[in-house]
Amino acid sequence: MLKVTIDGIETQVKSGTTILQAARQIATEHPEHSHVVPPAMCYYTPLEGSGGKCRTCIVRVSQGSEKDPRPMPKPVASCQTQVMDGMVVENTTNPDLLAARKSVVELLLINHPLDCPVCDQAGECHLQDLAFEHGAAETRYEEERRTFERIDIGSHIQLHMTRCILCYRCVYTANQLTDERVHGVLFRGDRAEIGTYIEQAIDNDFSGNVIDVCPVGALTDKTFRFRSRVWFTRPFDAHRACDKCCGKAVLWMAGDEVLRVTARKDAFDEVEEFICNECRFDHKVKDDWTVEGPRTINRHSVISANKYKAKDKTVV
Amino acid sequence: MARKILLEHAHVAGIEGYDVYRKMGGYRSVEKALKTMTPEEVVDEVKRSGLRGRGGAGFPTGMKWSFLAKPEGIPRYLLCNADESEPGTFKDRYLMEKIPHLLVEGMVTSSFALGVHTAYIYIRGEYKWIVKILEKAIAEAYAHGWLGENILGTGYSLDLYVSPGGGAYICGEETALIESLEGKRGNPRIKPPFPAVKGLWQSPTVVNNVETLATVPAIVNEGGEAYAEIGVGRSTGTKLISACGNLNKPGVYEIEMGVPVEEFIFSDEYCGGIPDGKRFKACVPGGSSVPILPADLMLKTAKGEDRVMTYESLSDGGFVSGTMLGSGGFIVFDEDQCIVRNTYTYARFYHHESCGQCSPCREGTGWMEKVLHRLEYGHGREHDLDLLVDISKKIEGNTICPLGDAAAWPVAAAIRHFREEFEWHVRYPQEALVRNYGLGRLEHYYGAVGV
Ligand SMILES: Cc1cc2nc3c(=O)[nH]c(=O)nc-3n(C[C@H](O)[C@H](O)[C@H](O)COP(=O)(O)O)c2cc1C
Ligand code: SF4
Ligand code: SF4
Ligand code: FES
Repeated sequence: MLKVTIDGIETQVKSGTTILQAARQIATEHPEHSHVVPPAMCYYTPLEGSGGKCRTCIVRVSQGSEKDPRPMPKPVASCQTQVMDGMVVENTTNPDLLAARKSVVELLLINHPLDCPVCDQAGECHLQDLAFEHGAAETRYEEERRTFERIDIGSHIQLHMTRCILCYRCVYTANQLTDERVHGVLFRGDRAEIGTYIEQAIDNDFSGNVIDVCPVGALTDKTFRFRSRVWFTRPFDAHRACDKCCGKAVLWMAGDEVLRVTARKDAFDEVEEFICNECRFDHKVKDDWTVEGPRTINRHSVISANKYKAKDKTVV
Repeated sequence: MARKILLEHAHVAGIEGYDVYRKMGGYRSVEKALKTMTPEEVVDEVKRSGLRGRGGAGFPTGMKWSFLAKPEGIPRYLLCNADESEPGTFKDRYLMEKIPHLLVEGMVTSSFALGVHTAYIYIRGEYKWIVKILEKAIAEAYAHGWLGENILGTGYSLDLYVSPGGGAYICGEETALIESLEGKRGNPRIKPPFPAVKGLWQSPTVVNNVETLATVPAIVNEGGEAYAEIGVGRSTGTKLISACGNLNKPGVYEIEMGVPVEEFIFSDEYCGGIPDGKRFKACVPGGSSVPILPADLMLKTAKGEDRVMTYESLSDGGFVSGTMLGSGGFIVFDEDQCIVRNTYTYARFYHHESCGQCSPCREGTGWMEKVLHRLEYGHGREHDLDLLVDISKKIEGNTICPLGDAAAWPVAAAIRHFREEFEWHVRYPQEALVRNYGLGRLEHYYGAVGV
C-alpha cells in the first residue's frame, strides 16, 4: 500500500492507483472531504483509454514521494498520474493551481457557449459546475466562435457540436460498444468535429450511452430534449427484464410520466452499467418498469437540491 | 574545411545508386557490426560517441537505445522519423535524396544493435519523390543481401519498409507517428508508457530521426570515441543545419559542433552573410518552434561569450536570453523583416497543426492566431500583447505533447525581445498595414484576406 496525502487528508492506496482515483477513494470513505476530488471532463472509468485530454483534473504535486520529496515542476493530470509512496498533492489548497485550473476553464469556454439557460444538459453539466467554480464573469475572448448545424445521429440522438469540448468520451464509448468504426473525430485542432461516418446513425443497440457519457450538452436525447429541466424531474431507480442489457435504469419522472430513461450513475457521475437503446428510448411508460424507489443523487449538483416536489405523491 | 561525416560523399556523382555508394565504402558498418560485434557492443559504441538525437530534443541516442525493453517472444521495432515537418528544417530531405543508402545502412546496423527484425521509415507524404528514391535504395539493398533473410550469412534478418504519412506536423511527434503508422488518427499518446516499453502495436519501439540513424555507420566504423572527439563538450560530432531566410547562401550545411554562430552566418564557407549589405536583425536557430533571438543575443550570450553552435551554448540563458539548437532549422531575418508578421505566420501554422486533443493547445493556439491576425492587419489593441503572453503561459507545460510548447514559445519570445515592434503595430496600424519590407505590400502575399 502507498501513502498519499491530498489537501492534507492522508490515505493508503494500492500501487497503480492514480491521484484522481485516490481522491475519489477518500471522498467515498469520508464524504465530508469530497473537496479533494479534482474535476474530470474527459476521464471516465468504464471507458478504456479515456483521460489526459481536457486538463481540468490538473493538481499540484508538492512532494513527489517519500524518497524524492521534490515538488513536480508543473501541474499534472491527476487522472493519468499514478500515486507514489509519500506523495503530497494539492487540489483546492494551492492558489497557483486554482489559477491554472481557471486558465483551463477559460480556454474550454472559448468554443463552448454558456447557454445553460437553454441547454438540455443544464443541471447535469460538468462544465457548468466548473465555470461556476472557476470561471470569470467576463470573457476576454472577442473573436468569432465556431458554429454548427445540429446533426441527427439516428432517430434518437442529436449532436450539437457548438457545445462539444472534444473530450472523446463518446468516441471511446462507440469504439468500445460497436464493431465497425462509424463514430470518431474529423479534422484537427479547434476545427475538429465529432463525425459519424457520412452522418450515418450509429446503428447499435447501445448507442444511446454516448448521451450519458457526454459531459456537456453536445449529445442529447431527442426523446427528452427540452421537455423538462432535470431539476423539475424526480429520479427513480427502476428495472425491467431485458435480454440485451442489465435492465437497471433511472427513470426521470414528472408525476406519473416518464420523461427520460438513463443508466445509473455513481457519485462521480460515471455510469455503473451501460443500458440498451430499447430500455432507454422504447420504454418510457412507468408500467413497463418495476420502480424500486426514489434515487438519491449524492454528487454535488442542482439535481440533488431537487426543489420540485409538487407531484411527488402521485408517484409509486 | 570542416570535417564531414554525413555529407562526405554527397558530391560524388551517382552516390544515390548502390554501386557508387558501395565503392565509396558503403555498408562497411553492417559488415563490421554483424560479423565482428555483438548488439551490446554496437549500443556501447553509440553511447561512447555521445550522439544526441537529431530530431530536436537532443536526447542521448545510446541511452535511449538502452531503455528499450527486451521481453522474450515479443517483437521490437525501429522507426525512422522522416516526417520532417518543422518549418525551417529541410536537412533530412537532403540526406535521403542525396545518399539514401546511408539511411538504409544506418537502419540495418541500428536494427541489429536493437535486436529488431522489422523497421519502418515513416516519411511525410509531401516527400513523394523521396519515397521512390528510398524504395529503390531498399530494393537494391535487398538485392545485394543487406536486407532480408540471413544477412551476410550471419543468421540476422531484417525487413525494412517505407510508409508515407498524410502530411501532418503532429505525426512527427513520436507517439502520434506510431498511431499513424498503425493506421489511426495521428494523435499523440499519453506517456507513460513510453515507446521503449509500449510503442508500435504495443511492442517496445525506438523512434529515431533520419540524421541520427545516418550517423550510426560512421560511429561503428570509426568508433564512438573518435566521433566524440569532434565537437564541444556534450555536443559531439557534426550536425546538419538547414539554413534559410535572408542569407547569401542558404542551404544544408554539415558543421562540426562548436562553430561560432557568427562564423556560420557570415563566413563564405557557410552562409556567406546577409544579402545587399543589410543588417542582421534576428534568428530562429532550431526550427520555428524554438525561441527567436535578436542579433546581439544570437551572436553573444548574456555573459558576453561567443554563442557557438552547440546544444549548451544556444540554450545558455534559458528562455530569457537563450534559445535551442532544436532540429537545426536555422532561419535568419534581415533588418527589413517584420517580426509581427513572422510570429503571426508561425502561429497560423501551429494552430493549423494542433491535433486538438487537449484543451489548452486546441483552443489556445487558435486564440493566439486570431489575436496576432488582428495585430498584423492593423486592428491590434494595447492589451493584446499581455493577452498573448498570458495565453502562451496557459498552453505551455499543460499539454499532452510538446506541440503546445512549440506553439507558445515563439510567441512569448517574439514579444519578449521585440515588444516595441508589436507596440508600433498597435500605435500606427495604417503604417503597419502598408509597410514595405522589400517584399511588396501585404496584399501581394495575402490577397485581400482580412485586410
Ligand atoms: C510536434 C512535434 C513534431 C515533431 N516532428 C519531428 C520530425 O518531423 N522529425 C523528427 O525527427 N522528430 C520530430 N519530433 C521529435 C520526435 O518526437 C522524436 O523526439 C524524435 O524523432 C526522436 O528522434 P531522435 O532521438 O533521433 O532525435 C517532433 C516532436 C514534436 C513534439
Ligand atoms: S460530443 Fe460530448 S462526449 Fe463527444 S467529444 Fe463532444 S463533449 Fe465529449
Ligand atoms: S499539445 Fe496539441 S498537438 Fe499535442 S496532443 Fe495536445 S492538442 Fe494535440
Ligand atoms: S480528466 Fe484528466 S485530463 Fe481530462
